[in-house]
Amino acid sequence: MQRIGVFVCHCGTNIAGTVDVKAVAQALKNEPGVVFSTDYQYMCSQAGQEMIKQAVADNKLTGIVVCSCSPRMHEATFRKTAAAAGLNPYMVEIANIREQCSWVHKEMPVGTEKAIILAKAAVAKVNLNAPLTPGESPVTKRALVIGGGIAGIQTALDIADAGFPVDIVETKPTIGGKMAQLDKTFPTLDCAACILTPKMVDVAQNEKIRIFSYSEVTDVKGFVGNFDVTIKRKARYVKEEVCTGCGACTEKCPQKKVPNEFNLGMDNRRAIYIPFAQAVPKVATIDADYCTMLKTGKCGVCSKVCTAGAIDYKAKDEFVEEKYGAIVVATGFNPISMDKFDEFAYSQSKDVITSLELERLMNAAGPTGGTLLRPSDHEHPHTIVFVQCVGSRCSACAEKGKEYCSKICCMYTAKHAMLIRDKYPDTEVYVFYIDVRTPGKNFDEFYRRAVEEYGVHYIKGMVGKVTPEGKKLHVQASDLLDNKQLHIDADLVVLAAAIEPDKSARPLATMLTASMDTNDFFTEAHPKLRPVESPTAGVFLSGTCQGPKDIPETVSQAGAAASKVIGLLCKDKLTGNPCIAHSDEMMCNGCSTCEKVCPYGAITYVEKEFRMPDRTTKIRRVASVNEAVCQGCGACTVACMSGAMDLRGFRNNQIMAEVDAICK
Amino acid sequence: MLNKDERRKEQILRMSGVNPRKCMRCGKCSGTCPSYDEMEYHPHQFVYMVENGELDALMQSDSLYKCLSCFACVDRCPRGVEPAKLVEALRLTVIREKGANHMTPNDIPALVDEDMPQQALMSAMRKYAK
Amino acid sequence: MQVNEYQPLIVAFCCNWCSYAGADLAGNNRLNYPANIKIIRVPCSCRVNPMFILRAFQRGADGVILCGCHPGDCHYTTGNYYTRRRMALLFSMLDYLGIEKERTRVEWVSAAEGAKFAETMNDFARTVAALGENKRLEDLRCKK
Repeated sequence: MQRIGVFVCHCGTNIAGTVDVKAVAQALKNEPGVVFSTDYQYMCSQAGQEMIKQAVADNKLTGIVVCSCSPRMHEATFRKTAAAAGLNPYMVEIANIREQCSWVHKEMPVGTEKAIILAKAAVAKVNLNAPLTPGESPVTKRALVIGGGIAGIQTALDIADAGFPVDIVETKPTIGGKMAQLDKTFPTLDCAACILTPKMVDVAQNEKIRIFSYSEVTDVKGFVGNFDVTIKRKARYVKEEVCTGCGACTEKCPQKKVPNEFNLGMDNRRAIYIPFAQAVPKVATIDADYCTMLKTGKCGVCSKVCTAGAIDYKAKDEFVEEKYGAIVVATGFNPISMDKFDEFAYSQSKDVITSLELERLMNAAGPTGGTLLRPSDHEHPHTIVFVQCVGSRCSACAEKGKEYCSKICCMYTAKHAMLIRDKYPDTEVYVFYIDVRTPGKNFDEFYRRAVEEYGVHYIKGMVGKVTPEGKKLHVQASDLLDNKQLHIDADLVVLAAAIEPDKSARPLATMLTASMDTNDFFTEAHPKLRPVESPTAGVFLSGTCQGPKDIPETVSQAGAAASKVIGLLCKDKLTGNPCIAHSDEMMCNGCSTCEKVCPYGAITYVEKEFRMPDRTTKIRRVASVNEAVCQGCGACTVACMSGAMDLRGFRNNQIMAEVDAICK
Repeated sequence: MLNKDERRKEQILRMSGVNPRKCMRCGKCSGTCPSYDEMEYHPHQFVYMVENGELDALMQSDSLYKCLSCFACVDRCPRGVEPAKLVEALRLTVIREKGANHMTPNDIPALVDEDMPQQALMSAMRKYAK
Repeated sequence: MQVNEYQPLIVAFCCNWCSYAGADLAGNNRLNYPANIKIIRVPCSCRVNPMFILRAFQRGADGVILCGCHPGDCHYTTGNYYTRRRMALLFSMLDYLGIEKERTRVEWVSAAEGAKFAETMNDFARTVAALGENKRLEDLRCKK
């Protein structure tokens, strides 16, 4: 028989406000197995934990039930307390009387009654608990970073700095991501390339870092410390190790009409290309969709001009398999499609552009060489209208954009407006805003400078529609503070498009079994206290794949993710989860059903010798669970027909006891 | 107990199915409205005047009948507030309070056009029957 | 004090990785659902043995709901697919035995869907309440 102690937490008034904690403690006193029952203000506090330790010693407790917040919150805390008191940590059960009781019910009697039942169920379970010892598994001391933007670059550099090898997988031919496309960065106006490209070079030169550019992750198996990842290296038809990046092929290629995605389709590139001058790795790539040689077999100009002999038209996709201890997701973002916002005439006029396109138009390496010219007729625009929140902050019922605030638009628009007014003082700049959101160091000062020093016209209101009229764009908008409708004939309209997670994130999340929210942003393990970890152990989050972020935030999160990875890779062994499947060999009939349902291949069958009651021995085929591989889902326990398979920590009789306690 | 104005507001919200609290005051409805300059009160004001219970001023205003029921505001509102439906409900309330009925069910079939939103037809009826 | 109107007893099995966290989120956001819904935490929806559900009905539960991760999002890759198939069989068998299909439900609720969790629970409680008490499988020997 267990000797169980029940500890009821007030959690200030969080629990005590709707649950009569004293009554709960009292009601539990007479439950079978309970020898001690008390309540305290904050069980998770130092004093609360001391109280538990003292009670264990005084009453020779063998099991503990803590009635408190969710086990997802403090189960680990109380398990440590139990261990410190000399108990097996798995003799602790939590009755969730905060998130699933006091916070969802309003009346004291109802809350108290439910809390008592939940506590009784926990007691019933602890009565059947057995001490568990976790197994150990080794750690592969190598990290994988998925995505080679500023988030991935920073994470990889920081991990490599600590001495661990890192691989970066990037789908594009070069690392650099969105930041490589930017012109200047707020609020200091330093040039994006000047601060990014040295980091890209660092990555290329770092011996600990390997870059898999033009590659994708296609499969992930395993678990924390021991991931088996398959990386698809897409055929780039250029031998990476041979190409010198001289660029002769990109000048001679006769296929000149390929939209240049690096400049967002505003100019053309060749079928063989290097995305931009500072690309890392600086290696040419053949675009198989446009290359005449690959399509028709007639051309071969690039292989003729390549003195290094790097061109290989027969290249095939290759698959690399690698082991990793930790995986960092840094898949980043894209601006949303403007299809559903045709009132702004994005599809009708070349002079309606998104902010990222403006970024390229203002960039010295962009399609106009850094001079701001209208995409339609290459003339200098004199009136520019910025529209904020295009697709951000939309209600779900409007079914158009995203519900969240994209966070970066207010600041980059202020930056654009300021830069334009600075470079071209003859230009009138109008910014239509709903709210100007500038929470960040020196952010509001920056926005005020745009208004006060640079004379940008900020107008509280929204653009209703944009109509192309001849060479002009007729902008109809409201000015809410002046209660007027404005009509502006603009030369250029810039839309601050909402940002959304990259499309590759969803299938990746499925591979990693990492959870996502409804917007396809990765969910963090805890929204405040574990912001860079995914709930899946060994998977970490960096940058905008977790939520909209600007560059400083991305870099700090990247560093945080790296430090978490380093913390993991420093360990030689990981203690596993002891709540895993276990087969009773005497009951196993060798049917192999469990082997088939196990998603991890943790169950194998072995021939074993058994002593029979009549003193003979018999060889029987029985299931055996690999403790390092089993993750404890319990699929096999239900599939097992003979009832031999059970899940430690969630045994059949434990859950039955909970059901019984609840249904009493 | 609700007083008369609160009852009226309740009724208008129920008739229109609009929740004015969803409005984030961006002004896109007023930016998009083709008859803005004709109006004394503008689409964004309709929404918050109803929310604030300033119904008398609104119902006496000519602005209600300047609305063309083009539904541009409904289409473009990022929060799905649907100001035109609110205008429609206000017009109907004005008519109901006058006690007149400007339409008999028998008149409808002849006027139905498959391409026209049904609500536009109803608005037109009420507007021109005034 | 028990509210006088009939309150069905409902057992909810929630996956630790999604719907249990969803239930926590519903709590964090103070979204109400009836108190007679009691949650049992399981590591995965596929851990729920049909025996547990039969036992719940035998002991007088009026409804059983099983919540797991959305198809494709299972923490253990495929567990919820097993759940879906097993429960399809179990529920049709229970229906044959006279436990109406409305008393049993499998619902996918992710960790981010606190509102959906509360909504689902409210809806399920209403549905079960409308059916009244479960007498069909109840083992009267279990009643004191």
